[in-house]
Amino acid sequence: MSRIGVFICHCGENISRTVDVERVAAQIGKLPGVAFSTDYKYMCSDPGQNLLKKAIQEQKLSHVVVAACSPRMHEKTFRKAVEAAGLNPFLCEMANIREHCSWVHENKEEATVKAIEIVGMMVERVKKNRVLPSITVPITKRSLVIGGGIAGIQAALDIADCGHEVILVEREPSIGGHMAQLSETFPTLDCSQCIMTPKMVDVANHPKIKLYTYSEIELVEGYIGNFQVTIKKRARSVDEDKCTGCGVCMTKCPQKKIPNKFDMNIGMRTAIYVPFPQAVPNTPVIDRDNCTKFKTGKCGVCQKVCGPGAVDFEQEDQLIVEAVGAIVVATGFDLYSIAEKPKGSPIKGYGEFGHGKIPDVIDGMTFERLASASGPTGGKILRPSDGKEPKQIVFIQCIGSRAREKGISYCSKVCCMYTAKHTMLYHHKVHDGQAYVFFMDARTPGKSYDEFWRRSIEEEEAVYIRGMVSRLYQKGDKIVVMGSDIAVGVQVEIEADMVVLATAIQPQKGADSLAQKLGISYDKYHFYSEAHAKLRPVECATAGIYLAGACQGPKDIPETVSQASAAAAKVMTLFSKDQLEREPIVARVREAGCVGCFACKKVCAYGAVEEKEIRDRQGNLIKVVAYVNPGVCGGCGTCQATCPSKSVELDGYTDEQIVAMIEAL
Amino acid sequence: MHAEKPKHDFEPKIIAFVCTWCTYAGADLAGTSRMQYPSNVRVLKFPCTGRIDPVFILKAFQQGADGVLVSGCHPGDCHYIAGNFHARRRFAAFRKLLEFIGVDLNRLQFSWVSAAEGGKWVEVVTDLTEKVRAMGPMTEFKELALEEQWSGKIDTPELKEAYNQI
Repeated sequence: MSRIGVFICHCGENISRTVDVERVAAQIGKLPGVAFSTDYKYMCSDPGQNLLKKAIQEQKLSHVVVAACSPRMHEKTFRKAVEAAGLNPFLCEMANIREHCSWVHENKEEATVKAIEIVGMMVERVKKNRVLPSITVPITKRSLVIGGGIAGIQAALDIADCGHEVILVEREPSIGGHMAQLSETFPTLDCSQCIMTPKMVDVANHPKIKLYTYSEIELVEGYIGNFQVTIKKRARSVDEDKCTGCGVCMTKCPQKKIPNKFDMNIGMRTAIYVPFPQAVPNTPVIDRDNCTKFKTGKCGVCQKVCGPGAVDFEQEDQLIVEAVGAIVVATGFDLYSIAEKPKGSPIKGYGEFGHGKIPDVIDGMTFERLASASGPTGGKILRPSDGKEPKQIVFIQCIGSRAREKGISYCSKVCCMYTAKHTMLYHHKVHDGQAYVFFMDARTPGKSYDEFWRRSIEEEEAVYIRGMVSRLYQKGDKIVVMGSDIAVGVQVEIEADMVVLATAIQPQKGADSLAQKLGISYDKYHFYSEAHAKLRPVECATAGIYLAGACQGPKDIPETVSQASAAAAKVMTLFSKDQLEREPIVARVREAGCVGCFACKKVCAYGAVEEKEIRDRQGNLIKVVAYVNPGVCGGCGTCQATCPSKSVELDGYTDEQIVAMIEAL
Repeated sequence: MHAEKPKHDFEPKIIAFVCTWCTYAGADLAGTSRMQYPSNVRVLKFPCTGRIDPVFILKAFQQGADGVLVSGCHPGDCHYIAGNFHARRRFAAFRKLLEFIGVDLNRLQFSWVSAAEGGKWVEVVTDLTEKVRAMGPMTEFKELALEEQWSGKIDTPELKEAYNQI
């Protein structure tokens, strides 16, 4: 028989003004199982809590109901007090007779009757409450960072500086990502390489960072605090330990005309290459698709000239398993290319604006490589077609972005700013040139951003034309750009030497398949979804996985760095304890009843439901049942409402408890 | 002074199944804003509308509820990612079933009330209370309960035939 203690709070006069608390206490005291029922002016005050603790000990109470304000307000307070008195905190429930009763009703009789019913309901509920021990999960204090762009680098450095080991995985041969490709950065025009490369070197030299480049995530298993990650380290064909990075192999390689992806295919590279001179690690990779040795079996010049004997044609892909406790996803972005339509892409509008057909129509990133001092032209703005300096240049904004009819409805956020920067870089390099910008709106929120944009117009003489381009065609060696100026209401025609398209930012290709491996959700564009758009912007709904940078949505560098540091802080918060403690409101499977239909698995948004084999003593399989991993379970209870055999129960919200409440009515 | 409330012959019993993150918080907000609504509603808190088993609704009617309200986070706002979508789908099917067994669907209402919509909570509760009050007490289950006092004899030819075929 339970000995329930019921405590009715006056909340000063907030409750007692409209609820006859003494009558409630007296009525509830008559209910079976209630051993003690009283009222007090302020239950949450120190004397109130002491009254509660004293009653638990003196009256040997088994369960407690506090009828006061909303449990959202003081449930924690009273559960703590109950725990201090030696009871399990989950044997205490609150009845909300303030927000749901005294404050919303004026009639004292009605409110009192309702209060008696509410408290009575909770008394019946608490009888069915069970002792719930707190759940602890061990934590592996190492973290995985996926993606070696500025987001991944920042997150890795922050975590490693705190003394925790970091495994940084990058798909390309070098870390650096897109930021390493940029020439100068808005709004200060500092050179991207100058601020980026020291950080890359820090990563390479950090004793706590293990770097896997030219590697990809193959498989992710486990849950928060306990992930097992399989990394596929692709064959580099060069031994990283032996290579000194002298670069002789690259100067001797006979294959010299391979378009370099890092230079947006304007510059050329050899078959054994580093993508750019400041690459980290500075170890070349053999591009097996273009290498004569791999294609025909003859050549092998690089191996012959390599002093330390680092070139290894026999090298094979390796699978490496690492145990980590947290994962930061920082896979970054890709540019929407309208030149070629990828197979199966739902996005319309490819081939517009002559992209891919007219050689002097380029995208923003190609312009960055042209403007970069370490780029294929050594920082001179030259046309890809004939190497001439363009005297009239047209920039067109929102290519793909904000074009619902083309399939991308979002704003890519950085293009307004980088186009302003492009006009400045162009003006600095081609003094007698003229830049025109076709734009819909100039979106410049950010510290010193609007000032920067205005500078491009007022000091750097860029001409902004509000309106879109309708048609663009080659005429002789000029590109005729026809558009409208909606501010003035006239048609504009510009004979340009070069056109730069501000193409939309998209998630990396394969972002969806990585998300499936990680068990995280993504939106229709394949940007990863955060747990809460406002209050949990760096966490995934899947516990232990965090987001940084443009993989979550278009972002500029300062925002990306802040988010990466925020993600690192979240990882460090997790690592600050040895055991992860969580509220024991989790689902639990009654294996005897489970038939293994896994309807629960289908509805679980957290991927907490696993398959568990039940075997007899001889090891023969009896059946496969569901198992809810308490470390992963979010505690929503959707599985319980879905389970056809009622074999899964959410602790704290069991059918028994809820039916008891309904029956009390 | 407050105006004297009109007296009613019938005070319906309304049970609300709500999620803790949105609607419960919305009802709290109605309280902190001192909004007024009929005292007929009793609130049962769930972590998520996804946890609400349709059986609870039947149970509530069986226990004498005259109206049932189910309310959670707006679609896309679920604290548990997608629980409210599962609930929506489940209750869409469940409504059909209720209709089939002869329960007037006006007694059962689904709504989305966010934590910021104290006013909407008041509106939803008041509307449902008044609607159900106009409909009168729920008697369908009571009639069914009477029919359950069946002797257990197979006394009609159709039942006999059906029984023999099993």
